[in-house]
Amino acid sequence: MPTLTNRAKPVDRRPMTMMEKMYLPAIAKGMGITLKHFFTKKVTVQYPEEKRPFSPVFRGLHILNRDEEGRENCTACGLCAVACPAEAITMEAAERKEGEEHLYREEKYAAKYEINMLRCIFCGLCEEACPKDAIYLSETFAPSNYKRETFIYGKSDLLIPDPKKEPELYQQALGSRAKREGKKG
Amino acid sequence: MYTETQIVHNNTKTTVDGALDGTGEMVINVGPQHPATHGVLHLVITLNGETIKKLEPHLGYIHRSIEKMCESLSYRQFIYVTSRMDYLSSHINNHACALTVEKGLQLEIPPRAQVIRVLMDELTRIASHELWWGAMAMDLGAFTPFFYAFRERETITDIMEETCGARLTMNYMVPGGVMYDIHPNFQRRVKDFITLFKSKIDEYNDLVTGNIIFQNRMKGVGKLSAEDAISFGCTGPVARGSGVKSDIRKLFPYEVYDKVEFDEILETEGDSFARYMVRIREMHQSVRIIEQLIDNIPEGDFQAKTKAVLKLPKGEFYTRVETARGELGVYIVSEGGTTPYRIKFRSPGFSNLSALEHMVVGSKLGDLMATMGTLDLVIPDIDR
Ligand code: SF4
Ligand code: SF4
Repeated sequence: MPTLTNRAKPVDRRPMTMMEKMYLPAIAKGMGITLKHFFTKKVTVQYPEEKRPFSPVFRGLHILNRDEEGRENCTACGLCAVACPAEAITMEAAERKEGEEHLYREEKYAAKYEINMLRCIFCGLCEEACPKDAIYLSETFAPSNYKRETFIYGKSDLLIPDPKKEPELYQQALGSRAKREGKKG
Repeated sequence: MYTETQIVHNNTKTTVDGALDGTGEMVINVGPQHPATHGVLHLVITLNGETIKKLEPHLGYIHRSIEKMCESLSYRQFIYVTSRMDYLSSHINNHACALTVEKGLQLEIPPRAQVIRVLMDELTRIASHELWWGAMAMDLGAFTPFFYAFRERETITDIMEETCGARLTMNYMVPGGVMYDIHPNFQRRVKDFITLFKSKIDEYNDLVTGNIIFQNRMKGVGKLSAEDAISFGCTGPVARGSGVKSDIRKLFPYEVYDKVEFDEILETEGDSFARYMVRIREMHQSVRIIEQLIDNIPEGDFQAKTKAVLKLPKGEFYTRVETARGELGVYIVSEGGTTPYRIKFRSPGFSNLSALEHMVVGSKLGDLMATMGTLDLVIPDIDR
């Protein structure tokens, strides 16, 4: 049979010497290999303390976006809900009233907007479908909670912090998505 | 304490410990929760001592009615659900579905998208085979290979995450091409990975393939002749381990597979070791394909222009691709609407599993793991 690798070693069958019988050199050699691995590059990431950078296309939990003035982008057109293969999105539309222009960008807005994170398959179709740049898949992932009901995210969980009031939190929530120029506007 | 129950099996009453009255035989259940079935596969095995007399797979524990679900989803949406069938080669599942839709629409795919798709498929194949290799060695009691395999597989999932946005269910293939363009780092990282991986395959062979205990457990176990492989409808490495030419990439080339050079791996023994070697050698071929393509990704669009709402003309469409496990067929019946009228997946795992009883009857229980491991079953793919 041809050898599978070129690293095959013929085995020495001579009787063992006194030194070898003590197994000490063999143990030392084995420990040497173990020790060597202490100093090689680690392949694991110490997760909660250390985090890997995300790619701009990473699909995590959703974010409802605001424009620069802190107004909600969503106009409750329902295109995301139609595009969703998991039927995870529900919403209720409402008309913008006089004096609410600083809250909502369009004349119609979503009074209620819910995503069932247990149904969602994080495909990103809602983001593709949205004409108003209102919904994003962010970098947050692996949510945890005690109750199932809490995984139905309402507007309070989804809305991004106001860029005017809390610019730092806004940038943090936006993540590397912010770098994704020219996606659509 | 459990109460006295009676299961009727073969019309023979069994007592609580599963012994069949008067035959000296005994019925045991492997799974649905068993570490070696890699999922919720339930095998009802009739044993005489240690010898397997009969084996009956019970399916359906993870049936999610994906085919029925797809009937209510549009041609863009249903692709994403199929990532959840054979989750280890979700790219290739998506690819098969996208190809079928494109066939119906008679859509030309830009060359860039074709090459990216093939690259992704081959990376997926390597990742899938690696996971199989680790899990298979673990079934036989070797623990370290599992970590070795995951170490390299992690590099691939990282590459996938960077370009596709997800690590396991990538949802990257869309009708007309791919979802996004590749990440600027993609080529460099794939090349780094290939360099690393080539030396690692040698390490795998040192660690497992050349091991005499491993070979003794694998050789001559779970024999499947070429005729049986054909009559059970086996495909992929299982059929090729028995010497049956079944590589769809060679027989019915799609995308750019007819333009790249690679060999179809065939082994003739038909035992577990042959199937094992097919997969190990297939990884080399995948590396070969990637090496040919990675520097030759054509410029241009990564997605063809498609309408927002896809409508397939009335008719029936079928495409097949080679996943890491064998032939995946996607069959769509269209009535001309925006959703499929009927959809059917021909999954490789189901046919491969049907050969299992034939392969193990008469052998010892321990050989079952050595045989089942080389079938590389993914249960969600079988149940769908
Ligand atoms: S998120 Fe976008 S697609 Fe969905 S309702 Fe709001 S504006 Fe429409
Ligand atoms: S990511 Fe996909 S499944 Fe999740 S809400 Fe958006 S469209 Fe629906």
